[in-house]
Amino acid sequence: MKSLSRLGAIIKKEVLQLSRDRLTFGMVFGLPIIQILLFGYAINTDVRHLKTAIANQAGTHLSQQFESELRASQVVHIVETADTPEELEGLLRRGKISLGILIPSDFDRRVADDNRAAVQILVDGSDPTILGVANQLRNMPIRFDSAPVQAHKQELIEIRPYYNPERRTPVNIVPGLMGVILMMTMMLFTAVAIVRERERGNLELLINTPVSSAELMIGKVTPYIAIGLFQLAIILGVGQLLFDVPIRGSVVDLYIAGSAFIAANLALGLLISTATHTQFQAMQLTVFILMPSILLSGFMFPFDGMPEVAQYIGEVLPTTHFIRLSRGIMLREAPIGELGPDLFYLIGFTVVTMTVAAMRFSKRLD
Amino acid sequence: MHSQIAIEARGLSKNFGDLRAVSELDLDVPRGQIYGFLGPNGSGKSTTIRMLCGLLTPTSGTADVLGTKIPGNAKLLKPKIGYMTQKFSLFGDMSVQENLQFIAEIYSYPKKDRKPRIDELLGKYDLEPQRKQMAGTMSGGQKQRLALACAVLHHPELLLLDEPTSAVDPQSRRDFWANLFRLAQTGTTILVSTHYMDEAERCHRLAILDNGVKVADGTPRELQAATGMHILEVIADDPYAAQAAIAERAEIASVTQLGVRLRILIPERYANPIEIVNNALASKNVSGNTQMATPSLEDVFVAVTMKPEDRSK
Repeated sequence: MKSLSRLGAIIKKEVLQLSRDRLTFGMVFGLPIIQILLFGYAINTDVRHLKTAIANQAGTHLSQQFESELRASQVVHIVETADTPEELEGLLRRGKISLGILIPSDFDRRVADDNRAAVQILVDGSDPTILGVANQLRNMPIRFDSAPVQAHKQELIEIRPYYNPERRTPVNIVPGLMGVILMMTMMLFTAVAIVRERERGNLELLINTPVSSAELMIGKVTPYIAIGLFQLAIILGVGQLLFDVPIRGSVVDLYIAGSAFIAANLALGLLISTATHTQFQAMQLTVFILMPSILLSGFMFPFDGMPEVAQYIGEVLPTTHFIRLSRGIMLREAPIGELGPDLFYLIGFTVVTMTVAAMRFSKRLD
Repeated sequence: MHSQIAIEARGLSKNFGDLRAVSELDLDVPRGQIYGFLGPNGSGKSTTIRMLCGLLTPTSGTADVLGTKIPGNAKLLKPKIGYMTQKFSLFGDMSVQENLQFIAEIYSYPKKDRKPRIDELLGKYDLEPQRKQMAGTMSGGQKQRLALACAVLHHPELLLLDEPTSAVDPQSRRDFWANLFRLAQTGTTILVSTHYMDEAERCHRLAILDNGVKVADGTPRELQAATGMHILEVIADDPYAAQAAIAERAEIASVTQLGVRLRILIPERYANPIEIVNNALASKNVSGNTQMATPSLEDVFVAVTMKPEDRSK
């Protein structure tokens, strides 16, 4: 009874202080929005609308068909037309275009001839991504070779991407981003909130009152659980509104996974707070955990493509497991029951971390 | 029921690694008195206070604080003590009233009595105009009054004050001590650490700590009577030359300049202190007027904290 009212007092105080700390308050709500906009719009691994100039010296029906097919692919965006290869080179050199496509006057004959290339593509090779795109484009004349005069040819190999047929990056990024943003804010805020009290001397006062360390820790962390769940809603909302990111599975499942993940990060934040003396140290330590969580969790790079050692490290990080959960639920419509191991890992991680933090916390008073 | 002793410590010691912060401390603090800890920085005052309220576990020794054994279950003790930290430790981004409200909740002060108690404290500690002000924006004296109000809100039997007046002006200090006397009168035991002599002089009893060792204790009067030193004062035209002349004498334990006056300590076993000083002055042709003086607490402090070789000259 008394314990509950003390807990209530701590929570009330924490919310009051949080509402007055404009910067933190702004971070709580602004950070997810800014991050999702940044990641959603700026990080685009699919290349489209490469500036291209085309020089069609053939002017035949077949060459025009090839040209319109290029346009339809949306990979190239034809900004200029030229007459000679020299003009294309000039445009390339001046940085006006990334690709120059030359269709020679004997295009039709070359298409019929298996031994000669029909089209020449000039590439600004300084960006390997663009070079990669050009290599893909090379496949197009080959198709012409296989069925030269057909207007609408069957493709030899059909590629049909699942789950993200439009190959839009945000669909894959947003569920992962949820993990990264939640981790960053939850871990940092808790760590800093407690270290700040120590720095300001508040802790010395508090530990002389009847408040127990458990009450203090739970009381400080509780408001952040609510904040975390709210951030989750922001990210989901913005993801859906601006980037059409689907939530194919159950929202309840997503929130269950989210709660477990938030708890894991709060526990981690508490642990950091027991290991540091200043807010600056707490921030450094947070970044130390943040980096691998971004790079090794499968958020940035496909998990299976990483070296084995990196995968082991990734498996330890809660973010890895949450990203698997969120992608599974949101994109593959997986029920949370099928993702049990990841959920249990998060719960187990929370219990262990929290226990260590509580042990260290009570010791630190000495 | 209540024993007349609030704190009884025996052989209390605390080591931090190789450093012995407090060594074999015996302490008897009667109830309802203001007991002072006088000592320079690093003399173990804060460490002792922290051990007594259960924040630090003693390396060895025991204490009985308000009937609770230390080391032991400090939880029982917490509702009975009020603690004021050296540094302002309330919440700067909360108003005076919110801080008091928070402390009331933390101590589970009866709900219906909270508002009257807070109003009473705001009046008593002259904080009514600051009620809605953020604690962080207040002056040093106001902060200190708030800290005291928070420390006594739950009517503690024992108040522990760790250098409470180090950041306030003299007027605020006087007001603060007036508040402490009022509290002591109502039966609160107060343990206060300080390095100000004038504050130490106001305590009912005090202990002088030096390098973690208690070098003297008693009432200020008892301590003054038992310095073991003759105290002399010299008024000289050239105090600097006079000091140089006197200091080189082997019998002199200490010379301190106070403006045009020199304060001189000579061990009691020398029977003719005035002669010693006058001879010293004459030998260097320095003029000065030498008189015996009554010991102040500062003399006591100088006498008991000086190096053993100086004391036994």
